Amino acid sequence: MSYRFDWNLVTDFRVMWQFEFMRNAFEAGTVIAIVAGIIGYFVVLRRSAFATHALGHVGFSGAAGAVFLGLNPVIGLLAFTMSGATGMALLGRRAATRDIEIGTVLAFMLGLGLLFLSLYKGFATEAYGILFGEIEGISNAAVVLTLEASVVVIAIVLVVYRRLLFASLDEDVAEAKGLPMAGLGLLFMLLLAVAISIAVQVIGVLLIFALMVTPAGIAVRLTKSPFGAIVVAVLVAVFSVWLGLFVAFFEGDLPYPPSFFIVSSSFFLYVGVRVAQAAYGRFLQRGRGDVHPSPSATHGSA
Amino acid sequence: MSARPYVEPVVPIGPEPSDEPSVIRADHLEVGYRDRVIWSDASFEVRRGEFVAVIGPNGAGKTTLFRMMLGLQRPLRGTLSVLGRSPRRGNPLIGYVPQRHSIDIDTHIDCESFVRLGVSGTRWGPGLARRAEHEAAAAALESVGATDLAHACVGTLSGGELQRIFLAEAMIGHPEMLLLDEPLSNLDLRRSRDLVALVSRLVRSRNVTTLLVAHDINPLIQCLDKVIYIANGRMATGSPDTVLTSETLSALYGVPVEVLRDSRNNLVIVGGEESGGGEHG
Repeated sequence: MSYRFDWNLVTDFRVMWQFEFMRNAFEAGTVIAIVAGIIGYFVVLRRSAFATHALGHVGFSGAAGAVFLGLNPVIGLLAFTMSGATGMALLGRRAATRDIEIGTVLAFMLGLGLLFLSLYKGFATEAYGILFGEIEGISNAAVVLTLEASVVVIAIVLVVYRRLLFASLDEDVAEAKGLPMAGLGLLFMLLLAVAISIAVQVIGVLLIFALMVTPAGIAVRLTKSPFGAIVVAVLVAVFSVWLGLFVAFFEGDLPYPPSFFIVSSSFFLYVGVRVAQAAYGRFLQRGRGDVHPSPSATHGSA
Repeated sequence: MSARPYVEPVVPIGPEPSDEPSVIRADHLEVGYRDRVIWSDASFEVRRGEFVAVIGPNGAGKTTLFRMMLGLQRPLRGTLSVLGRSPRRGNPLIGYVPQRHSIDIDTHIDCESFVRLGVSGTRWGPGLARRAEHEAAAAALESVGATDLAHACVGTLSGGELQRIFLAEAMIGHPEMLLLDEPLSNLDLRRSRDLVALVSRLVRSRNVTTLLVAHDINPLIQCLDKVIYIANGRMATGSPDTVLTSETLSALYGVPVEVLRDSRNNLVIVGGEESGGGEHG
């Protein structure tokens, strides 16, 4: 069952959207990409990429446990990522000192997830879905849940936006100015936990970086304004999801997974931006007659 | 680069009877942690508009003094009053520059947004496109001579530029008091003097009481009203003239130190720097 790609994109979308599973995939995928772009900016700003990675793994064991108990995997994901996030926030606010603790816990969590899955009889497809995402298998109920969770996350970010930005960028001054640093740290980790839990449906715990870190990583290279960076991160994440779904649908007879194309789009966008900036930096240097390559040149062009 | 050499007119040294009200008053202060007293029995007074250097060897408890004024730490004993009341966290009348030598090179934020957080960072809501905040940030950048850095990335600035941006961030709320922790520690002598001249200009033109932590007094001597010395668990305060003597400094650093005067009546410290300025701590 393959559909012919047409250069008229309107026709293509009409073809795709006649299927409920594709409509669900686009709806949930878009909402999740928006949340991932917003939260991802703070992940990059706070250098919390490792915590994001770890929370995904924690979520894996939660989802596996829920599957084992016959519950909705999202319930297990939320329960585990939120308690994991609380634990990490309580450990302390400097991520650099937490690598070993987080690493230890994440390995244990992955093992626990493995145990749950081996206890559960028909494990293969469920595990695959949790690890790599199943965007084309999102149910109507899951779309509604995703939308509700996303509205809550975005609303909270809007309320604390400037405080969270201040606390993330300039910890010591923010503390002296009276911001509740521990509270903001915990709040951010909980928002991250919810964002990860819903994003797992699209991209899976192992590929979560493609939506939570890469788009924001691209955005901070393209704009120096925090708000602008969030907008760019959201656009990149949404574009990656749409392109991934699009290519996976039209690519032919072989069942390539959409997750692969989503990850590929964000990856090649990132590489493209890095290469373009390096080339631009070299171009500027040549213009100045600067013979010595300086490492700051590429940064200056950002 | 808008840092141009600026020679600050020499402020007359000597006990200057001031009738300005006192803004910081410490009475038999003792500071430390449960198992360790850092310094004790410190009594001093800072009047409004004074430029005060806090000097001492590494680990003497200079930053601790700031943390107490900011309400981040409580004294073990004694009383401290800052701007007429006991210290509280989040006092908007205090501008603070913590000890920070660099910022992550990957911090892709323009200086204007960074400085703006000094006033908007404690507010609720998304607060996009507030005209008054942009104007305040522009004014703060101008006050430190960094208008041309507004759209530069904080991650790419030099040490001197970065300290001016931090100063702008502290100045943006029109504070009555500035606490600057080691702003000079990784600047060369010329850049140190430029920054001190800038701070001194702000102190004089805006009557902002300013405490500056340093372990090298040389770039500061000419502009100071008062020196707070912390060493060996004790504190000595007074005008530079009375405190910057061979006897006091020898006691402070625990090694023989000589204080000399050059022909322009500048103070030159010989011997103290090996122990005090040897590392960027």
